[in-house]
Amino acid sequence: MIYAVVSIAILMTMVLAVARAVKGPSIYDRVLAANMFGTKTALLLAVISFLFDRMDFLDLALAYALINLVGVLAVLEFVEGRIESGKGKLDD
Amino acid sequence: MIDVAIEWLGNTLLIVGAASVLIGGIGVIRMPDLYSRMHASSLTDTMATLALFSGLMLHSGFTLATIKLMAIMAFLLLTGPTATYALANAAFRSGIQPPSSTNTNNEEKSAP
Amino acid sequence: MTIVFALFLLTLLVVTALAIVRTKNLFVATMLLSIFSLLMAVNFFILDAADVALTEAAVGAGVTTVIFLSALRLTSQFERGTLASSRWIAVIVVVITTVLLISGTINTPNLGDPNAPVHQHVAPFYLENTEALMGFPNVVTAVLSSFRGYDTLGEVFVVFIAAVGVMFILDARQGTGPEYELPVDKGLKHHLIPRAVGGLLIPFMLLFGLYVQFHGEYGPGGGFQAGAIVATAFILYAILEGERTALKAFSRNAQMALIIGGSTLYGAVGVVCMLKGGTFLDYSVLMEDPVIARQVGIIIIELGVGMAVCGALLSIFHSFAARKPVEHAK
Repeated sequence: MIYAVVSIAILMTMVLAVARAVKGPSIYDRVLAANMFGTKTALLLAVISFLFDRMDFLDLALAYALINLVGVLAVLEFVEGRIESGKGKLDD
Repeated sequence: MIDVAIEWLGNTLLIVGAASVLIGGIGVIRMPDLYSRMHASSLTDTMATLALFSGLMLHSGFTLATIKLMAIMAFLLLTGPTATYALANAAFRSGIQPPSSTNTNNEEKSAP
Repeated sequence: MTIVFALFLLTLLVVTALAIVRTKNLFVATMLLSIFSLLMAVNFFILDAADVALTEAAVGAGVTTVIFLSALRLTSQFERGTLASSRWIAVIVVVITTVLLISGTINTPNLGDPNAPVHQHVAPFYLENTEALMGFPNVVTAVLSSFRGYDTLGEVFVVFIAAVGVMFILDARQGTGPEYELPVDKGLKHHLIPRAVGGLLIPFMLLFGLYVQFHGEYGPGGGFQAGAIVATAFILYAILEGERTALKAFSRNAQMALIIGGSTLYGAVGVVCMLKGGTFLDYSVLMEDPVIARQVGIIIIELGVGMAVCGALLSIFHSFAARKPVEHAK
């Protein structure tokens, strides 16, 4: 019961993150929303695995927590590469 | 008796975690500026992770699931601030300045 | 409970897909695609398909986003507009396809219906015989590696073909002009925090990849997921230290050797089974006890699958990232 309530709360936050990703005026808002969505997914997976009482599903949350970082670091490298090669900043 | 107390404490931590996730999510929608939204999002990264995973660990006792939850919590706490740093650095170097109306020093200098 | 989750997730999926199609900025589309991928992973998870959810999360949100960003480096950031006439043709094709798909699937059995034809003899056969024939509980791995081993062999070859295809398009002319020189980039070396955290994370990702590889028989896991996680670890290294250092650590030839070695290992197990008297990929002839022999055979072919997937993903990433962007008129 408590797990269902918590997972509904996390799902509503994911809806808010998608709203920010769709609405965000600049690109960095969308990257922020994508990263936030990723960590919420890891939390949701952990809570749902307790809700359905399948403890071996915690491996997915662990994999997800490790992999989430790579996307944002790739964005940072992309932006730096553009600034160094002189193409200017990313415009929306 | 102690089991009831531990379960009750775990439920409280889960409710605190769910509340902080929601508050952070509302903050991301309503804050006026990119940097303020990053503060709101980092609330969901750190506070919600600590509270939710502590609650889940109390509910599951001394099993393998607790070790896995500790590992997930450690990795989420490590990678959350790094992602915020990387994003803020990318945004600042691309020229997005914090707006001067939220700069409470009342001086003309923008962020260093 | 599943209905509530499915309602939220599928609505978000439709909203995200519409946003991806409507935006003209390719960078925005890439970020929204990573959200789409995560939504699909959670969908698979609530449908109880944990292996597929792990693969989708590892490949879709990690590797695919990074590959799209490396490809965006080489081209312009905005989509060129399409003609109004071709837009109408696209809408008509999409509507016709949607109507055909819905009318084709409307009479299939409901999810989890016990009277569906597939639950009469196919599914019970696998569920009852996995523990008896193989000795481990994960039915998905048993079906994937042993009952349907030929299909998985075909999948490994498809991964091989994908990597070779990308190499043909991007790397075919290994010339010596200035545009084929490796770009001298520093990666993220001067950022202290990502470097420190990345240095802590990479060994754990490699260890976790090995855990997933060998634990695939008892929980969600297996070769595909492990290959994706190990490839993500090496991609993180390449992002942090720059292309040149990463290619010195793990050269293109080594990546190709992994792909070829993985596929060959899989095929070689089949040939060894034939040489020992069974049919192709019949693992029970490998050792005296058929249950142990099947487990040994499955571990070796999963290793082959993991090697091939890791090498292919790294090869595709480096094909994009090692290419110097050409100056083009915007």
